[in-house]
Amino acid sequence: MRLFLNLLRRDVLLAFRQGSASGMTVAFFVITVTLFPLAVGPDAVILARIGPGVIWVAALLSALLSLDRLFQADFEDGALDLLVLSPLLLEAVVIAKAAAHWLTAGLPLLLIAPVLALFMNLDLEAFGILLLSLALGTPALSLIGAVGAALTVALKRGGALLSLLILPLYVPTLIFGVSAIEAAITSSDPVPSLLLLMAVSLVTLAISPIAAAAALRLALE
Amino acid sequence: MDMHKYANPARFNKLADAILPWSLGLMALAFGTGLYLSLFASPADYQQGEMVRMMYIHVPNAVLAQGVYVFIALASAVSLIWKHPLADLSAKAAAPIGAVFTVLALVTGAIWGKPTWGAWWVWDARLTSVLILLFLYFGYMAIWQAMENETRAAKAAAILALVGAINIPIIKFSVEWWNTLHQGASILRLDGPAIHPDMLWPLFTMMAGLVAYFVTVLLWRIKAEMAARKVQNLRYSRAAG
Repeated sequence: MRLFLNLLRRDVLLAFRQGSASGMTVAFFVITVTLFPLAVGPDAVILARIGPGVIWVAALLSALLSLDRLFQADFEDGALDLLVLSPLLLEAVVIAKAAAHWLTAGLPLLLIAPVLALFMNLDLEAFGILLLSLALGTPALSLIGAVGAALTVALKRGGALLSLLILPLYVPTLIFGVSAIEAAITSSDPVPSLLLLMAVSLVTLAISPIAAAAALRLALE
Repeated sequence: MDMHKYANPARFNKLADAILPWSLGLMALAFGTGLYLSLFASPADYQQGEMVRMMYIHVPNAVLAQGVYVFIALASAVSLIWKHPLADLSAKAAAPIGAVFTVLALVTGAIWGKPTWGAWWVWDARLTSVLILLFLYFGYMAIWQAMENETRAAKAAAILALVGAINIPIIKFSVEWWNTLHQGASILRLDGPAIHPDMLWPLFTMMAGLVAYFVTVLLWRIKAEMAARKVQNLRYSRAAG
């Protein structure tokens, strides 16, 4: 456990000290959402209607943006070889890395999301559910992304392939995340969607580390 | 039976050559009778009229589109567990065929949807999940292409296929939760098929034909892939020696 926390701390520190990756992710998130009112017009009713979906799609793309470097930096400088040799299970390494990715690329999205919800004229009562759905869903984005990042770690231009591999797998997260917010807006019950969203995150937590660790072992063979 | 017996290309070729005439024959027979039955000998629908004949092309393709992905996932599991070289080859060879079935299911669905639903494309649950299945096929084929080392590509593709296979039911469920307009299943139901036998037989015949087509093309593609590797190995040894 100590090793796990050390690795987590190291990755979060690295992310913050090596030219703020979080800042870039948040900026991308904000700009992407801002493009929508410019594209569809400033009609408040339309914006409120598409708001939850736009925010969630932007969150998916922002998470994707920093994923290709998840294992690549460690792969290039050899740190990944050391991590494989360390007493920590490689599956746990994957979880630690995904957790660090979530802390640096998922959590900041949550903090800025209320502002974007204001931009999109979202119902004030839905703000809580928006944050809750992002909090429950974004860990799944980091974990699924870890599989794609591990599969493409040895490739020079893995970024485009990475998005092709994992965006289809993001569909359930997107659907349940958005449907929770829509339920809150139409004042029906958002709990089923939130529970399903949590289920997706938990299933992902069970499967992704195994798949990503297998892919990393393959890359280091 | 020793599974690894057929890892030997010569033995596999012998087996494939023994199967191929039969699968080709079955394909010709099933497509011949199936097309006759579905185009001439089956009744028109009382609501859809002649348009219902689209079903005999559409449904087999849609079923095989998903079936081939299951085949790829099973072959990938075999390849990861027993490291059987033939499993990699069959998964790789099956992917483009499955992708074509998926495209055909989508295209015939659109042609069928225009007169019956009034739109080429609707964002209905089944259509959407088949579209996502197509993206999964693309991702699977892309990872094979992205890696130069064949053994590595095989393993990476196998991991991806299994992750995709676990996710397909979740994606299907989520998309159904999201929206549904497509009719429910009408063949595989607990209380028997909700479709008249006059329409069921042509459908089954066409499906058998398409399965035979899949087997035939799969064997051809595996043979071609093996031949290509042999050529490459010969080139390497000539360059080396």
